[in-house]
Amino acid sequence: MKNLKQALLAAALIAGAPLYAQKDAPEIKFDSVPNALQLPAGTYLGEVAGVATNSKGNIFVYTRTGHPTITIGTARPFAHGGSRLFEFDPTGKYIREIGKDSYGFMFAGQVRIDPADNIWVVDQMTEMVMKFNPQGRVLMLLGRKAENVSVPAREPKSDGAGRPQDLFSRPTDVAWDAAGNIFVADGLGNARIAKFDKDGKFIKSWGKRGTANGEFSVIRSIAVDAQGNVYASDTGNKRVQVFDNDGNFKTAFSNVEGPAAMCITKGASPFLYVSNTNPPTDIDHNGEIYKMQLDGTVVGKFGKAGKLPKEFGTTAAIDCRNANTLYVGEVGNLRVQKLMLH
Amino acid sequence: MKRFLICAFGLALLVGAPAFAQKKATVENVPEMPFTAVPNFLKLPTGEYLGESVAVATNSKGHTFVYHRSANTRLFEFDAAGTFVKEIGAGFYGFEFAHSVRVDKDDNIWAVDEGTNMVIKFSPDGRVLMVIGRRPPALEGATAYPVGPNAPAQKYILCRPTDVGWDPQGNIFVSDGYCNNRVVKYDKNGRFLAQVGSEKVGKGTGEFNLPHALQVDGQGHVWVSDRGNNRWVILDNDLKPIKEITNLGTAWTACISGGPHQYAFLSNSNPNGNGPGTWDTTGEIYKLELDGTVLGKFGHPGKLAPGFQVVHMLDCRNPNELVLGEIESWRVQKFVFKTTTPAKSASTQTKPAGAGAN
Repeated sequence: MKNLKQALLAAALIAGAPLYAQKDAPEIKFDSVPNALQLPAGTYLGEVAGVATNSKGNIFVYTRTGHPTITIGTARPFAHGGSRLFEFDPTGKYIREIGKDSYGFMFAGQVRIDPADNIWVVDQMTEMVMKFNPQGRVLMLLGRKAENVSVPAREPKSDGAGRPQDLFSRPTDVAWDAAGNIFVADGLGNARIAKFDKDGKFIKSWGKRGTANGEFSVIRSIAVDAQGNVYASDTGNKRVQVFDNDGNFKTAFSNVEGPAAMCITKGASPFLYVSNTNPPTDIDHNGEIYKMQLDGTVVGKFGKAGKLPKEFGTTAAIDCRNANTLYVGEVGNLRVQKLMLH
Repeated sequence: MKRFLICAFGLALLVGAPAFAQKKATVENVPEMPFTAVPNFLKLPTGEYLGESVAVATNSKGHTFVYHRSANTRLFEFDAAGTFVKEIGAGFYGFEFAHSVRVDKDDNIWAVDEGTNMVIKFSPDGRVLMVIGRRPPALEGATAYPVGPNAPAQKYILCRPTDVGWDPQGNIFVSDGYCNNRVVKYDKNGRFLAQVGSEKVGKGTGEFNLPHALQVDGQGHVWVSDRGNNRWVILDNDLKPIKEITNLGTAWTACISGGPHQYAFLSNSNPNGNGPGTWDTTGEIYKLELDGTVLGKFGHPGKLAPGFQVVHMLDCRNPNELVLGEIESWRVQKFVFKTTTPAKSASTQTKPAGAGAN
């Protein structure tokens, strides 16, 4: 219970007979840039749930840090704090913190940057998706933080389909199509993808908990390609599912054992990076990241689970704005690695 | 304890306000009131944010006070130009979960906190002058929530109070609240005088189901937003019910304007969560004469300004210049109206809900 998230991840990733990923895929040579981010004295990263770059190459890191607390001596138990959003310049020099003491920051989920350099933050505990402008001001909010926590805790019970509105249950990721429609992976408490128009009006959602096509166990990440197709890492079902822009199932890739973090590169020949994320309970298996074409063909792979540079500890985020310079956020190693692929 | 905290923290669930059925207003043929929205009228210092902006009020100098739910609940003051002046009550014992802020005729600032069960009176310069209610003692430890049946209501202990108001004599009225279901009258020194309702939920005359907001008009009548019963109840100065309004939807909040000719603004706010159909049937605010005549309405739900995302409180010191605080958008908006009565022609500056971010 204490490690619910860990348990979920472990169950999702290691339950059942392992399917063999394309372990024989060619190895991509790469380096990890030492000290890619320089934090001010007294500032630390915690679990890095999200990392993303904007058009200027600035790096944004959404991390679980500080002290998540519950207040006592109150009418209800209120929870506060626990995550922060930092911005660094392209050389990794710290610039500033965005959203300090925000009501929406508690348990970091993901950060993504849209084509206009707006900063989108997904928080799994406040269950909010927050759109900040490049200056760091709030532009739009989806979802609402629960006013208080339950004592004793209660397990969420649902079929994962959610409700046709913007109340989420442990959302994990956000993406957009060329028209600006917003796709939210409502993926840990629910098992659905919700679509909103660019002004935040709910359009539809699809998916529920299950194993059939169009159903999910745990959705860790989503990405949208230039045609507006939606890719979802259905981690527990060991596959990446692909949908058209309206949520109709198109295909699924089952060649990555436990797909979690994802990123689609830009340009005429886009690639999909998918991590076969190791659970926090095990660094002796998996952990590698795959590079594949959008039809699912694996081009190569690199890395493995571990604690050293060029190894990964529960990868939660990949940024691939530059197809051969990746930023990888790790939950297990409390760090961001900058990778140069050769 | 550590384990308990982590456990509870990890399993936060949606346990907030009781889920009431939101009601569509049945009043008909109410004219739309054209308005001009003032974008970004509050200017926050770099690095400062509003959280859920549930409470707004202005003082006689046109300063705006916002009592909002950030990571910690905070009270901000802005001047008439919208420039940030100062924070009041940083770290104050009575601040945990904002619900209302109101400013009295002497510019004292009253904050109502439904996390600490306290009503706090601050002087205009932010010093504590008086408190009503007591914060539950932390030494009792962390208590289970949800809790069981409501304990009997007490004179000087509140249970998730929601709002405060004063009559011309300075008597204090408190709507109390989410677990009690009553309105309490205290004298100006904070001594208990009377109450209507009790700890029990009810729908009869003199009973309440979540009295969510309260205002007192110039005659000393008390306007109560009886949210769970989808009605506004008007009490006389001795808390005797004299009238109710049942055709304007769900009673989220109320505001009685200043000046010799007072108006009432009553909000059928869109409910939290933006559920199916709610954007079509809720979200509007009505303007009324105090005799109940409906003059007009304005506002629609939407994520982007000037759309509404659950208006929780409005300030109407000047009935032609409203300040509106919303829950889900973490936003305070200002709406300016050209006349005191609904205009016949639409203003070109009025935007439909959801048009354009600011």
